[in-house]
Amino acid sequence: MIVKRPELSWTERLYLPAIWNGIKVTLRHFLRRKVTMQYPEQRWVVPEGYRGAPYLVRDTEGHTKCVSCQLCEFVCPPKAIRIVPPGPDGPPADRPNAEKMPLEFEINMLRCIFCGFCQEVCPEEAIFLMKDYSLTGTRREEMIYNKEKLLALGGSHQGRIQKWTFKLEEAREQEVFPVKT
Amino acid sequence: MAWFNQLDPTSQFVLLSAAKVVPVAMILLGLVAYTVLAERKICAAMQDRIGPNRAGPFGIWQPISDAVKAFFKEDFTPDHVRKVYFWLAPAIVMIPALLTIAVIPFGSQLGQQKMVIADLNVGVLYTFGIVSLGVYGIVLAGYAANSKYPFMGGIRASAQMISYEIAMGMSVIPVFLMVGDLNLSRVVGSQAGTVAWLPVLPNWTVFQSPMLTLSFAIFLVAAFAETNRLPFDLPEAEQELAGGYNIEYSSIKFALFFMGEYANMIAASAMMVTLFFGGWTLPLFGLDAPATTLFGGLLHIGIFVAKVLVMLVIFIWVRWMWPRFRYDQLMDLGWKRMLPVALANIVVTAAWLWLRA
Repeated sequence: MIVKRPELSWTERLYLPAIWNGIKVTLRHFLRRKVTMQYPEQRWVVPEGYRGAPYLVRDTEGHTKCVSCQLCEFVCPPKAIRIVPPGPDGPPADRPNAEKMPLEFEINMLRCIFCGFCQEVCPEEAIFLMKDYSLTGTRREEMIYNKEKLLALGGSHQGRIQKWTFKLEEAREQEVFPVKT
Repeated sequence: MAWFNQLDPTSQFVLLSAAKVVPVAMILLGLVAYTVLAERKICAAMQDRIGPNRAGPFGIWQPISDAVKAFFKEDFTPDHVRKVYFWLAPAIVMIPALLTIAVIPFGSQLGQQKMVIADLNVGVLYTFGIVSLGVYGIVLAGYAANSKYPFMGGIRASAQMISYEIAMGMSVIPVFLMVGDLNLSRVVGSQAGTVAWLPVLPNWTVFQSPMLTLSFAIFLVAAFAETNRLPFDLPEAEQELAGGYNIEYSSIKFALFFMGEYANMIAASAMMVTLFFGGWTLPLFGLDAPATTLFGGLLHIGIFVAKVLVMLVIFIWVRWMWPRFRYDQLMDLGWKRMLPVALANIVVTAAWLWLRA
């Protein structure tokens, strides 16, 4: 392809129109409203569906949802999750419909790649990627979040996904079914 | 003041000079620091950003934290550099930039003292002599670093600065033909009052005649080239040379190059204000005669500084507005356009003065 290189006219070669346009552009931007966000004070609005840090959640009654099945540990690509199951003699779960809960649950936030596989694979909807995106610490050990910290950060899950609530309703319905006309 | 009058004239001169040198140097270095801040703020505004605003209100303490940072960073000397020149170069860049200010009359009078450090009769020759020393620091830095990009930066600097020095020197000759004196104080004195052809405008050199306006235009462009500012920042061309002559420098040595550039800008601005914009004069309220009161003297210094600040804003604005020249364009402009025009300007001015006489 032949690129046309037009001869510059006399005024263009004088450079003055270019200077004038440059002044116009720079002055316009100089006076424009600034777009800088004052970060630590002013924060970005995290959109819906954002994959931030994974935290453990409690159900609406405040029980641990995780049943220590270790699927997330298995699926985690960077092996950031480490679960200590209670074993045969460990303490029982703190809620009905569950046999056990983890003795310890650790996520190494330095390894985590925020892929969301753990949330996807969890059969109990116990782990969710939340909206936290700036995780800081002064030591490596600080960045390994344990069960207590994860539960505290995750809070209780109030969303539509309430697996055991619906199961319970289903069961009740089945029990009353014969009486129902 | 009795003890002062008992001293011999030499001691008096030394003391008075020191009393002028110290504040001027302090103000100059402070101005350098705050020009850097102004540059950062103005460029940020042009790019729809805010710029430094954390250290104090509007970031006014930013220069202090920058200086502290520069001092405490590791001063790294690579193995392959030529040590003596490597250490010498930053100082050679900084010193001429500071020395230039010595002959500039930055005010009229405070008491009996003329507000100029050295009232040389060959003022402007001294300035050009010192300014041409500035290139050695950059060339030496490029050579001392002993690696290819700094070396290319140094080569570019030498070619560019020597080329534009000629155009710069030629451009001011019409001014001195008109004024008839090389002493900068008398150049300022000749710019008092209002201009003859339009009594609203001040009688500053730029407005006096078209030849002198052309002189100013050439001087301005050459000043940009001499201070290595965009659009002529080829010696440090960030994108091509990764920083040019100062790549291998770190810590306060790098900061000295940086400060040298800004001190050069201030010196060039002060030169332009003195030669073309009436120095400390202002054709209002009789401010164009040497001051008789202390307040008037301070006001003259303030006027001079304000004019220098306006010139500095122009320097900064141009840097963030313009793309860089290509090297052949730079040389073309210097040798084929500006030098002939400057020479023709001298001839025309001389002929006009001869006709008028």
